[in-house]
Amino acid sequence: MSEPVIRAENLAVAFDGRTIFKDVTFEVRRGEIFVILGGSGCGKSTLLKALIGLVPLSAGHAFLLGEDLGALDDTARRALLRRIGVMWQSGALFGSMTLAENVELPLEEHTALPRPAREALARAKLGLVGLGDASARLPAEISGGMAKRAGIARAMALDPPLLFLDEPSAGLDPITSAGLDKLIREIARETGTTFVVVTHELQSILAIGDRCIMLDKQAQGMIAEGDPKRLRDESDHPTVRAFFRREAA
Amino acid sequence: MGDATARLEATEGSGGRVLAAHGRLDAAAAARLWPAAMRAAEGGVAALDLSGIETIDTAGAVLLLTAAPGAERRGAAPAVAAMLDRTERALATAPPAGAPPDWRPITDLGRATVGRARAAVRGIAFVGEALVTAGRVLARPRLLRVSDLLRHLDEVGTRAFPLTLLLGFLIGVILAYQSSIPLRRFGAEVFVPNLVGISLLRELGPLLAGVVLAGRTGSAFAAELGTMTVNEEVDALKIMGVDPTAMLVLPRLIAATLAMPVLALLMNLSGLAGMTLIMGTLGYPWAAVQAQLQQWLSLGDLMGGLFKAACFGLVIAAIGCRAGLSAGRGPRAVGDAATAAVVGGIVAIVVMDGVFAVLFFRLGI
Repeated sequence: MSEPVIRAENLAVAFDGRTIFKDVTFEVRRGEIFVILGGSGCGKSTLLKALIGLVPLSAGHAFLLGEDLGALDDTARRALLRRIGVMWQSGALFGSMTLAENVELPLEEHTALPRPAREALARAKLGLVGLGDASARLPAEISGGMAKRAGIARAMALDPPLLFLDEPSAGLDPITSAGLDKLIREIARETGTTFVVVTHELQSILAIGDRCIMLDKQAQGMIAEGDPKRLRDESDHPTVRAFFRREAA
Repeated sequence: MGDATARLEATEGSGGRVLAAHGRLDAAAAARLWPAAMRAAEGGVAALDLSGIETIDTAGAVLLLTAAPGAERRGAAPAVAAMLDRTERALATAPPAGAPPDWRPITDLGRATVGRARAAVRGIAFVGEALVTAGRVLARPRLLRVSDLLRHLDEVGTRAFPLTLLLGFLIGVILAYQSSIPLRRFGAEVFVPNLVGISLLRELGPLLAGVVLAGRTGSAFAAELGTMTVNEEVDALKIMGVDPTAMLVLPRLIAATLAMPVLALLMNLSGLAGMTLIMGTLGYPWAAVQAQLQQWLSLGDLMGGLFKAACFGLVIAAIGCRAGLSAGRGPRAVGDAATAAVVGGIVAIVVMDGVFAVLFFRLGI
């Protein structure tokens, strides 16, 4: 069994005394596509932000690539963050920059590569996600699916071993969504990158997920963990069954 | 982290130059080796010896593919070969950006002029559309949402009172002090109220109130309507059969047109109060100031200024609303719309003020 890339121990997050989730414990192994799933408002995106240190934990520890993000000083934290990439739900591309410039930004910040190298690298990353001919376009000039793919290209700019994707399929048509799922699969297979994907899109979960955890708003935490297909077929938990069978609560 | 032992070696063989790479070719190594690689690549590289590479990332692959495009690859481990193949495929789908377009100043100037002219025509059309809508509202008053009108009157008018009073008072103080210095030389200090009074009532009161309105309200109109445009709320109104001009634009135009004379009046009064205070410190009692003002200021000065203020309010609101409703897409759109509203509003009222000056002079007002 490969070593864990992420180890989450009894994570809890609360805002103003209101618990979002608690006692969340799981491991993500190297090279797998790990899905955090659950209904709207259950804390999936909050968990992702807690894992990468954007939301403070009220309890527990999150180890990324073997290091406790909360215990690191600024230099070590910056070095660790250089080794992870995040694709935000909206793409979060900077509107005043072209797609190529968006991808070049982390290269400019974290490497000493000369400009021609950064430009070529940005082209390679955009080419990898199928946006090779759109590098000079602005985010306002591309579709939602293209923005998500550009977001992945930017997240991959520094070849991080760990990529977080927040709702990659949300708001996309089935064909574009399936294309994105295929792209994630290909990148994982070809580069060995570990993916943590937050989503509630059933088709995507089943298409890409090697393993998953399911969060539940009522339970304020995890209610299931395992292979998504097995959970769909074998889980006895009523919420898990309802989720996978698209049944009303 | 970069491997300091990563290196490139160029050797001349019988088939041409061979570039051998060693160590861990990551981004840090690629940055360090880039100049040497480009120098080694001058004159062409026939083959890449990849047997010494321990690991390679995309930056390393880009380095080798840029230095030796199309070169024969020897001795690559499967992972290295896969990375180079993948990066080469990706680069093939992403051609380098073309050269920037030529600088053609005459063409650019022409295009910019035509663009401005078209924007001006669209602006006139927008005002025309608003007037037509106003006509419809007169026929069917319930089309005008009174609650919105009151909200805008509050935002445009009453909430701007403190700022207007403060600015007006300070302007009055400054004008009184500045004008008293040259007038004192001629023993004409007593005419400071005439100078400040006429300046405020005819020009500065409406103009400064207009600047306040453009900066405070024109930008707010543009930002609010711009956000609604970006969020497709304006499209939603159209689809629901609600006229966006009647619902969004008209209440703002009316509110600004009604509020501006009040703001200008407040600016005038507070300016005169500031001037009176300074005159008091210079030894002129209130009665002397009052006598000068009554003797030299006419109702026409006040009413002409207030009429101008109402026109300024209408135009500033129209420019702000139009900037918001024509906002583009993306995160910059709202900011651009707000900037266009402020700049357009201030330029417009200065131009209008010039036109009014000529008009009033010809009419003897």
